[in-house]
Amino acid sequence: MPLSTLYNSEKCFFESLRHLLSRMGKTMLQYADYIGGAALLIYKTCSVLIKRPLQWKLIIEQVYHIGYRSLSLTNLVAIFTGMVLALQFIVGLERFGLKLYVGQVVGIAIVRELGPVLTALMVAARVGAGIAAELGSMTVSEQVLAIEAMGANPIVKLVVPRVLVTTCITPLLTVIADAVGIFGGMIVTVVEAGVSPRFYFDQVLRTVEIGDFLSGIGKTFFFGFFIGITACYQGLKTTHGTQGVGESTTLAVVISSVVIFVADYFLTKVFLLLF
Amino acid sequence: MAPIIQFKNVSKSFGINRVLGSMSLDIISGETLTIIGGSGSGKSVTLKLLLGLIMPDEGEIFFEGKKITMMSEEELVAMRAQIGMLFQGAALFDSLTVFENVAYPLMEHYNYPDEKVREIVAEKLELVGLPGIETMYPADLSGGMKKRVGLARAIATNPEVILYDEPTTGLDPANTNRINELILELQERLQVTSIVVTHDMASAFKVSNRLALLHNKKIEFVGTVEEIQRSRNQMVQNFIRGEIGET
Repeated sequence: MPLSTLYNSEKCFFESLRHLLSRMGKTMLQYADYIGGAALLIYKTCSVLIKRPLQWKLIIEQVYHIGYRSLSLTNLVAIFTGMVLALQFIVGLERFGLKLYVGQVVGIAIVRELGPVLTALMVAARVGAGIAAELGSMTVSEQVLAIEAMGANPIVKLVVPRVLVTTCITPLLTVIADAVGIFGGMIVTVVEAGVSPRFYFDQVLRTVEIGDFLSGIGKTFFFGFFIGITACYQGLKTTHGTQGVGESTTLAVVISSVVIFVADYFLTKVFLLLF
Repeated sequence: MAPIIQFKNVSKSFGINRVLGSMSLDIISGETLTIIGGSGSGKSVTLKLLLGLIMPDEGEIFFEGKKITMMSEEELVAMRAQIGMLFQGAALFDSLTVFENVAYPLMEHYNYPDEKVREIVAEKLELVGLPGIETMYPADLSGGMKKRVGLARAIATNPEVILYDEPTTGLDPANTNRINELILELQERLQVTSIVVTHDMASAFKVSNRLALLHNKKIEFVGTVEEIQRSRNQMVQNFIRGEIGET
């Protein structure tokens, strides 16, 4: 092989490597910037929570928007999750002659895992998207700047009420969703497996312990906090007009959902050690 | 006369984009000073620096002799209570009524009883020529009405300084004229210091006591309307004739 060809192919290889490393570096910087920004927002939110009195009027408004108006969605998802879970386990457990004990499996699955995660995902989809879109629109139309220009603090007025409510409401929605999901499972078990409602609930109560319940609910405080912070951060860093609002909304849902799944594994590990 | 606001060798960059470089400007109490310059020349950044919403990379900004860069959070809030700002797009809160929008700075800075807040809001709306629209939402208002409600909100706390960010942009000639008249009227009735940022030369000539041309990251020229019109400075004349635009 001539020397010039060897030299050119080597140059090409190093050029590609340089490009690859440069792109990797930029991506890493973007991730670091995002995590740093979100961490700063968490710090500011926590300091406001400690130092300033809560704005109850704003919090109550958010309880209505975030909590009450999410109830039908989370319950709809929960009842069908319970129903489909019961249906699947009836088929599976029938192979072992254990279909009467569906309640035990459904109870554990809903209380420990499906209730918390699916409720959090629904909150991320409905509430996270709503918060990111609202704050994003306020940011691009200079309303957030106007709050600051009038001597108010956007963290106090916008972020704290939303983060506080998502953190506290997600567990409450999960408790209701757990109950509705178990009820959905009961309907299918009674109809398909011929089990009496009393026997079904007896199986659920015999299997599900307080530790299972606390482990499931405990995770949702973190999920709610992550949803609130991610949505507020995405909204407040929105740029580029209406297109930016759309991108922020999508990113808020995507990032919250990914964080929920990743955090779920680690939180489950922690709660397994605790309970 | 001692200046109420001073910019001393202020520089500001966003990433690699240097917006202001060693910019100096004095604003005298009670005057209406208009900052003119092309789009992206740093006019709105100047207003944000004055409010302490962003901090300069270099230089000092003084408000009533106090360094803004050295102010604590509480001092900044107290200073902002003395400054009203009309935003380019009015920046009214969509989810609040006109009453709640105008009352917002009052609720933030004072502990007035509801009756007094209602009186002040009605008085300010009357002043901008929009009485009785307290229950309407921003979505129900035209562009010109939004700007006037934004102005009512800016003057709700009887500020010493009013900042106008492109007050006539996007308005039809009738509304442009109405806003200009309002700026003059408020100046006369409230004796405030006004800083107007615009690239609308007709409005600038109408409302200003002095004009400052912001170009090449600094103030290139400051003078009265007559001085700027008679100026032999080529850059000033080019800007007036519309030959300098975006920077």
